Amino acid sequence: MSGKQTSRRGFLKSGGAVAGLVAAPPALGLGGAAAAAQGPEVFDNNDLESVLYGRRSRFVTTTREVEGRSHYQTPRVRPNPQRPSARTPLADLVGTITPTPLHFTTQHYYGIPDINPAEHSLMIEGLVDRPLVFTLDELRRFPFVSRAYFLECIGNRPNPRATTVTGTHGRMGCSEWTGVPLSVLLDEVGVQAGASWIIAEGADGGRHTKSVPLAKALDDVLVAYGQNGEPVRPDHGFPLRLVVPGFEGIYNVKWLKRIKLVDKPYLSFQEHSRFLTPDPKTQRDSYDFGPNSVITRPSGEQQLQTSGMHVISGLAWSGGGRVSRVEVSTDGGATYREAELAGPVLPKAHTRFFLPWRWDGGEAVLQSRCLDERGQLQPTEAEYARYWNLTRGQLYGTIQSQLGYCNWIQPWKVAADGKVTNGLEPTDVVVDVHA
Amino acid sequence: MPRCWTALLVAGAVLLGAPVHAQEPAAHSGLGRPPTDAELHDVLVGPDGEDLPPGSGTVADGERIFAARGCANCHGPTGEEGPSIPLVGGDVTTRSNYWPIQHWPFAPSIWDYIRRVMPYDRPGILTVDETYALTAYLLHRNGIIGEEDVMTADTLPQVRMPRRDDYLIPETWTPATRRGFEILPER
Repeated sequence: MSGKQTSRRGFLKSGGAVAGLVAAPPALGLGGAAAAAQGPEVFDNNDLESVLYGRRSRFVTTTREVEGRSHYQTPRVRPNPQRPSARTPLADLVGTITPTPLHFTTQHYYGIPDINPAEHSLMIEGLVDRPLVFTLDELRRFPFVSRAYFLECIGNRPNPRATTVTGTHGRMGCSEWTGVPLSVLLDEVGVQAGASWIIAEGADGGRHTKSVPLAKALDDVLVAYGQNGEPVRPDHGFPLRLVVPGFEGIYNVKWLKRIKLVDKPYLSFQEHSRFLTPDPKTQRDSYDFGPNSVITRPSGEQQLQTSGMHVISGLAWSGGGRVSRVEVSTDGGATYREAELAGPVLPKAHTRFFLPWRWDGGEAVLQSRCLDERGQLQPTEAEYARYWNLTRGQLYGTIQSQLGYCNWIQPWKVAADGKVTNGLEPTDVVVDVHA
Repeated sequence: MPRCWTALLVAGAVLLGAPVHAQEPAAHSGLGRPPTDAELHDVLVGPDGEDLPPGSGTVADGERIFAARGCANCHGPTGEEGPSIPLVGGDVTTRSNYWPIQHWPFAPSIWDYIRRVMPYDRPGILTVDETYALTAYLLHRNGIIGEEDVMTADTLPQVRMPRRDDYLIPETWTPATRRGFEILPER
């Protein structure tokens, strides 16, 4: 493991050739000029709509990717159209905050409710001294915090063999969340001795419920009404959601309407279904995410136009706190170099990394690995399979939410013609994205 | 708030004869209201069924309600024909159904889910007794209780689900809890 070999200054001095930067396929990149052909003939950046709510350039056409089945052999679970879930287009994004309209969303078959905030409230009951119901207006009269946290589905890695980074890692995003620390509200109601869990309930059609350890609830959980400076959007839980930093996405109950203090976890419908864990080894895996990282540029289906100077860039994160170090390999993991961390390094938030790289025009395998502040290192696929005592076929055939967190290293293979593909070896296993 | 401010306020309150709670230096905001009875009746029922309301339902009642309340429209006349997920049988290993009732660890959770979430298009219309009856019907159809068994707040929590032992009750979490696996970097 060698030390840091490059720096931002060194890169600038070396004068990276702009013309050699990775170009995404048409209509996907941040600056893909080819996208213009698909836009309107006339586009007025001065019209009222642009003035009132702002609008991106017509040359930028990135959208979320609607969730679907990953494999034609996978049977539909139920004939229900009410599942407007979508993935984040990671390859097209820069920085650490995911724009809200592009932030992934996972719905569990009950659709997105249309809630009037004036009629919505949050009840806190159970093992408390004073059960109370708060209106939205009242919640906004409490002290609040704004914190950047990543949000990720336990089923992220929907298809490890997918061709793009949105296909392999698109079920995650990072937002600045604003809200009341749950500890403040719990102090208001007075938690009784004997309470050890909270049950959070949403107002969606499925009345999603999730058990959260009280220790976590008192640690850093937020009752959030703001996302990236605006009210939380409907597909993220408008007007109120729970944010449980670093924990699996399913803990972050949307359309939050009730918190009940209890003395045991409920293992309710969305907790036990698809989360069968006969193996005790998985038990501690159902809370916070381990260390993870992925290169988003260059990544699958992108094309290196010319050899010479490039920058390898991606995201690193961990539910265990801050990212301590990110290392990048251009030779499939034989050697690693330490990457630069480009932005703020915040606990339980996406951290952007990059490594300047001079491509010699030959084959290369690019991959990254993350070390978090707990000292946990992101595993390779082989290390991961060994830990779970699974064959590769089993690894790819097991429903992820039952398997645990699939955070093994993602390699991207660069061919001599500059084409980038998924560097994981093919598997015949039918990959099932579940729900 | 600076400590001296608090002291002044407390002193002022004492002078004015207001009640002072010496045990609660952090005064509560006064925001929020107590829940209404209706809000408290909308119970969230846990695995031990402790908050189940009084009521009862039979398998025969459940069969009738299953048709009358529209359950059969989505789940089929006997609960296994679909088009929505089958409520009878099901095998998680075939992935034809991720949510077989036979795999639910706790019987009261079935009551809780039906009561709060079903019917899909009109949640909340089922009465307490109807919910007991539907729970009884589904448990019977899955071979878990007998045809004559009556489900109540007392009997439902006593139903032992066949796959209960597939589940471990999660241990609690502390900020020091690590992710399950640990691969330390080479030194």
